[in-house]
Amino acid sequence: MGVPVTTVGTKKNIKVQRTSLKKNMPVLVFLAPFSVLFFVFTLLPIISSIFLSFTYFNMLEFPRFIGFTNYIRMFFDDDVFLIALRNTLIFAFITGPIGYVMSFLFAWFINEFRRWLRSLLTLIFYAPTLAGNVYFIWVFIFSGDAYGLINSTLLKLNFIKEPIQWLTDTRYNFAVVVIVILWLSMGAGFLAFVAGLKSLDHTLFESAAIDGVKNRFQELWYITLPQMGPQLLFGAVMSIAGAFAVGYESMSLTGFPSTDYSTHTLVLHILDFGNVRFEMGYASAVAVFLFAMMILTWWIISNTLGKIGK
Amino acid sequence: MKAEMRLFGLRYNKKPRLNRSLSGTVVIFVFLMFMSIFMVLPLVYTIVTSLKPINEIFLYPPRFFVRRPTIDNFIMMVQIVQDMWVPFERYLFNSLFVSVIGTGLYVMVASMAAYPLSKLKFKYASIYYQIIVWAILFRPEVTRIPQYVIIAKLGLVNTYWSIILPVLASSFGVFLMRQFMLTIPDEVLEAAQIDGANQYTVFIKIVMPMVKPAWLTLIIFTFQQLWNSTGSQYIYDETVKMLPTVLQQIASGGIARAGVGAAVALILMIPPIAVFIISQSSVMETMAQSGIK
Repeated sequence: MGVPVTTVGTKKNIKVQRTSLKKNMPVLVFLAPFSVLFFVFTLLPIISSIFLSFTYFNMLEFPRFIGFTNYIRMFFDDDVFLIALRNTLIFAFITGPIGYVMSFLFAWFINEFRRWLRSLLTLIFYAPTLAGNVYFIWVFIFSGDAYGLINSTLLKLNFIKEPIQWLTDTRYNFAVVVIVILWLSMGAGFLAFVAGLKSLDHTLFESAAIDGVKNRFQELWYITLPQMGPQLLFGAVMSIAGAFAVGYESMSLTGFPSTDYSTHTLVLHILDFGNVRFEMGYASAVAVFLFAMMILTWWIISNTLGKIGK
Repeated sequence: MKAEMRLFGLRYNKKPRLNRSLSGTVVIFVFLMFMSIFMVLPLVYTIVTSLKPINEIFLYPPRFFVRRPTIDNFIMMVQIVQDMWVPFERYLFNSLFVSVIGTGLYVMVASMAAYPLSKLKFKYASIYYQIIVWAILFRPEVTRIPQYVIIAKLGLVNTYWSIILPVLASSFGVFLMRQFMLTIPDEVLEAAQIDGANQYTVFIKIVMPMVKPAWLTLIIFTFQQLWNSTGSQYIYDETVKMLPTVLQQIASGGIARAGVGAAVALILMIPPIAVFIISQSSVMETMAQSGIK
């Protein structure tokens, strides 16, 4: 089972030779069920949405082709879009990297503990994601009246004279949303890290100690991270998908629309036009634009992650 | 020194850990304890709120903990549920059926697709992989309408399949399984093939057992997603409705129902937490059995 680190990245795949049908049969059999489902229920709707982004579509009449009008409108005729874009980028660049690094560090810390403690800590850190829509708890905590948990505590201790409007005051509500997103960021990536760390090759750690790896951080950089490549990529995709899609958290906490659109994001903009104003063509165009930003980020990150530990 | 390390539960596979300083361990331990409190606090608050009588919910100044715990909220929830014309068990069955069948099918379908994508060579493999990753990044808000049209055209409205099939079609699980299968050394699979095993045998007997932590993790995600799905876009027939839809109706009664809302949220959390604990402890067991690799 001992794999030298160096062979992990360079794949010498089992050869399914030539193109003869008999040799390719297993590939077809393995891929067929998912491919059919994926095409019909995922790919076809995505392609339709990309097509709709070039149309005017109010969900009553048949879509009317209007070229790039929707895309031009985003930048020149929609101030709220620009606010949403700015907020989305700020949210993404704060919560994405912090959430990602936190997920990995916690998974790595937890991995060092004894079995029962490891299970318990995994459960505790994953609990917010497991619990799903528990935003209403945060609303109680940050409630703007004197009944809110934080306000009542601060009032009692005489730090403030009047309750602070945590969720509607534009000075505070952005930060509150960031806190809640970070709290929710131990999701799919975190569990993948936990599972990945469990399947590492332990013999390498012993030989590394003999070879002069001195502390846990050297060990992390030279031994653990290079072996975790596939899981790190998976976590990165999940982080991108989450970080650029901030919206529901801010909607539940700060309302929709929030004060002066202070926590408005692109996902909320899509919801606004798609579900409220029935302008599906424009909503699709915003979604396609968001999609393009995420793919670009993914491309940059996947190229960077390939260099870790090398 | 060893004894102190045991105190913090810090042993690794029953052997003292290499390259570890005690001070670093203590710092990490204290840091994790602080973070644990932050992570678990709102959940504790959910539990506490569900046990609060109505006068304590409106208490001023509000308290975090409950003074006189009561199960009134749960009784009220049960009463509301009993007054419905479709028996509660029916909703519970719907949600459980969709979650269990859907999870089983997805783990199969996703693992099967992940195997050739990670370990077999075929034309267009890399573009297939890229499309799978991109599909994860596309926002579902705008694909709902086209997806609805497809599901309606196939006559799946008001069936369990309207909830299960879109989940089976998501590429997330394929990506997860592929990434874990990449870590299997090729030599292991080659050796099995030299011994005369065909691809199907290699997949079932060697690949799947080796990525057990991965599919146990996938079970958690998929079950959670299906369990929480309301299916409200596709299901209008009362007898096929899902549990979350029905329970959300109970909870949406304003601030006076805050306690009942917390009770509902708590009840809904139980099955995913149970699945989480079972699958996580199985992961630990596998590792304990295989020992040091």
